[in-house]
Amino acid sequence: MAEHRVLGKSVPRQDAVDKVTGAARFVDDIQFGPSLLHAKILRSPHPHARILAIDTAEAAKVPGVKAIVTGRDCRHYIGLYLADRTVYATDKVRFVGEPVAGVAADSIEAANEAVKLIKVEYEPLPGVFDPVSGALGRDVLVHETPASSDLWWQGLPCITTKAPGTLLHEHLGEYTCAPFIHPVPGTNISNHFKLRKGDIDRGFAAADVVVENVYTLPHIQHSQIEPHAAVAQVDRAGKVTLWASSQSPNAVRKLIATAFELPMSKIRVITPYVGGGFGGKAGVTCEALVVPLAMRLPGYHVKLTLTREEVFQATFVRQGLVARLKTGADKTGRLVALEAELFWDGGAYTEYGVNITRSGGYCSSGPYEIPNIKTDSYCVYTNHPVGGPMRGFGMPEIHWGIEQQMDILAEKLGIDPLAFRRMNALREGSLGAFGGPMEGATLVDTIDAVAAKCGWGGPVPSASTAHKLRGRGIACMYKAPSMPPNAQSSAIIKLNEDGTAHVLTTAMEIGQGSLTALAQIAAEELGLAADKVVVTLPDTDYTPYEWQTVASRISYSAGNAVLAAARDAKAQLLAVAAQVLAIPATDLVIADGQIFPLANPARKLAVSDIAMGYLLPEGAIGGPVIGRGAFIPAGITGLDKETGQGDKPAAFWTYGTQVADIEVDARTGEITVLKVTAAYEVGKIINPAMCKGQVQGGIVQGLGSALYEHLVLVDGKPLNSDFVDYKIPTATDTPEMDIILLETSPQADGPFGVKGIAEPTMVPTAPAIANAVYHATGVRILDLPLSAEKVLAALKKKQTREN
Amino acid sequence: MKTVTLTVNGQSEKLTLAPHRTLLDILREDLGLTGAKRGCEAGECGACTVILNGKPVNSCLVLAVELDGAEVLTVEGLGGPEGLDPLQQAFVDNFALQCGYCTPGMILMGKALLAQNPRPSEAEVKEFISGNLCRCTGYENIVKAIMAVAAGGERHG
Ligand code: FES
Ligand code: FES
Repeated sequence: MAEHRVLGKSVPRQDAVDKVTGAARFVDDIQFGPSLLHAKILRSPHPHARILAIDTAEAAKVPGVKAIVTGRDCRHYIGLYLADRTVYATDKVRFVGEPVAGVAADSIEAANEAVKLIKVEYEPLPGVFDPVSGALGRDVLVHETPASSDLWWQGLPCITTKAPGTLLHEHLGEYTCAPFIHPVPGTNISNHFKLRKGDIDRGFAAADVVVENVYTLPHIQHSQIEPHAAVAQVDRAGKVTLWASSQSPNAVRKLIATAFELPMSKIRVITPYVGGGFGGKAGVTCEALVVPLAMRLPGYHVKLTLTREEVFQATFVRQGLVARLKTGADKTGRLVALEAELFWDGGAYTEYGVNITRSGGYCSSGPYEIPNIKTDSYCVYTNHPVGGPMRGFGMPEIHWGIEQQMDILAEKLGIDPLAFRRMNALREGSLGAFGGPMEGATLVDTIDAVAAKCGWGGPVPSASTAHKLRGRGIACMYKAPSMPPNAQSSAIIKLNEDGTAHVLTTAMEIGQGSLTALAQIAAEELGLAADKVVVTLPDTDYTPYEWQTVASRISYSAGNAVLAAARDAKAQLLAVAAQVLAIPATDLVIADGQIFPLANPARKLAVSDIAMGYLLPEGAIGGPVIGRGAFIPAGITGLDKETGQGDKPAAFWTYGTQVADIEVDARTGEITVLKVTAAYEVGKIINPAMCKGQVQGGIVQGLGSALYEHLVLVDGKPLNSDFVDYKIPTATDTPEMDIILLETSPQADGPFGVKGIAEPTMVPTAPAIANAVYHATGVRILDLPLSAEKVLAALKKKQTREN
Repeated sequence: MKTVTLTVNGQSEKLTLAPHRTLLDILREDLGLTGAKRGCEAGECGACTVILNGKPVNSCLVLAVELDGAEVLTVEGLGGPEGLDPLQQAFVDNFALQCGYCTPGMILMGKALLAQNPRPSEAEVKEFISGNLCRCTGYENIVKAIMAVAAGGERHG
């Protein structure tokens, strides 16, 4: 393979100088002057209640109040995969924090005052607070048949499976959904994903060891440091402009078009820098709330910045999960059967969460080959905060159980847990849980790399003091981008007069470094230095379509679009150069901003000389060079509704392994993570420093979810909605991190071989720590987080048992 | 309403203020200095950190009317026409930022630490910045960036 000039180099981040000087603007930083109004939202205090009446008369009298809206003003159902929610509550409230009314006023104080004066009469209803009983019971339904429905689905804008006017699919009440989502009418189950591979009875009959456990995970919050913010302005011609802290400018535009019956040409979404996403700013969160207010107040800018409490309660949370796993292996250590029942606590609206249930289902084997599988994965409506995507999209959740099952089985069989995983790892051509062949399956490479690096099998260093216990645990993972089969990307590259270039995409910089990574891809192909290529932030009026910045898919999908655009621009440059130099284009190369024949590099032409065309004696040729590129992943197939079997449900898989070295304080139960050794196989590294940064951040997020993160919900009421009571890791919690990045299996259809990395980084951390706790103490904990109290209680129980 | 005069990034500012307004409010809204960020408005995240009379503070907790005669340094006051402050440069060089939302606060914490302890140990750096939350980086590169300036480029202790 040719030597890369820009790709694979740790070039500085494009956004770094802006971000260290305070010049980088986030939504809340944009100044709008005297046209600025402030919005505040009245939210439900009840987890489940019928709205009987809303009286806004007193609120409207507060000086400075300009507009008040309620569910009456926007009744259309919206949602990413299942249209089950309205912008403001209409008939019922279904979670604490659900928007009931919005106020715009000329000061935050006036808006707050008005919110307090809105009178809402509620009839409280019994709630659903547990996904298992919620799935089985039918006496309390979180969603009944809604009043109206809307024929719409975001993910497949170009595919119509049935004639308009009919429902796309069997439905829940009248909600419409994506064709691969299967609600169970008349229940709280908004998606039932079924997987049947092989013969489960024969599988368990062949098992010599069977392990069955129930693993649980609580809700957790993304806790981006930037609270969600949105500003809307409607001009006199009715055009809506929205500034949003969003990962999904095009999805926001689409959902708002549906919610307010607007043509997309009249909605412009501008997304400046986003202060952390992790899935919590995907789809639509708070953006739609300000639109109806702005519509009543043409000319004004209506701004909503969520408080930290609102971020905790009223934006997406990671769904809770109850996972019953029954796993069997034969005495040689081969996995032979798996039965999995996954109950996802989807919360009050599962418009996005239904697809997490699907991913969790078709990945339910973990990164292992298991011939016989029966999985039922249920997305269950509850009266909890709305579950949505969070880094890993179901994978941290399912691996929490899978990876402990592996350790338990290995111990019962007397096999080293690493060797056991290695033996059962998915390999090239292995059949995945969904029955199709795995391509580029590199789990073994990551296991071997970690084993060598951390000295697996060698002695674990002894503890610092007598009451501390040391342990080491391993966990593996795999993850695919979970997206509709036709999630699209596109890019435009404009060459400038001086031979520099602008890349236009609607891929979002959320901290992961997409601006820099996409610039490196374009620069590599165009033979330009990385700093000669600038990638702009999205503005849907000017930047071309991008499905969403989620699923660790931007380097792959948007990267492919940028690469295609760069190839297009390059072909145009070479065609002109060929004419000017009278050398066939096929003999020319571009490097360092020059075009020349390989055989005679001295006969060169600068890109800047032809970027705008070239004037020959017989007249001008070429013209301003604009490259266009589009990408849609090829060959992704559906899965059978009854068996979950199919050929290829996702574009690619990323594999990784982590080993955690920990210390448990036997007196307090407190866990200290000393070191995490991690290996990931990423196909091709675009920027090593940024790639490593993703792994560091993911490990520390995984550590938080392992040790303390838990959004405490009692009867649907969140009890810890601030950073004092909901602890996230600080600098003193950071372990030593030893990170290995492998490029053993370049992705065939990835730009230069690239696979995604951002999400996989947090997937195995929690189970690796749990396995290390068992190694250190002999105590196995099946429900997250591994809080000191829980560990201490388990240690005491074990002691009593032993005495 | 009360009128106060304070110095922000070396410039004298005279402001007439309602008593409930915080230093963070006036920096962002009255002076257009949006480098200090709102993360929680409760002293829990450190995104709003600025240096007040030589000490790092959570500006969301400081009432602006009490600042008559005070001196404030924000991230916008670092560096100058000749280039970035060495710590800003170290954040760039060490990839010590991702989304960048915590970055101004982190840099000012680093400045404050180095002013009082020019050669801190890694543990001291971690301890000192532990009130500033970062959800993206895992902190390792932030610590590295501060250490790079602390030791004049070499790591120690
Ligand atoms: S905004 Fe001041 S500490 Fe969070
Ligand atoms: S870089 Fe995102 S919060 Fe620190």
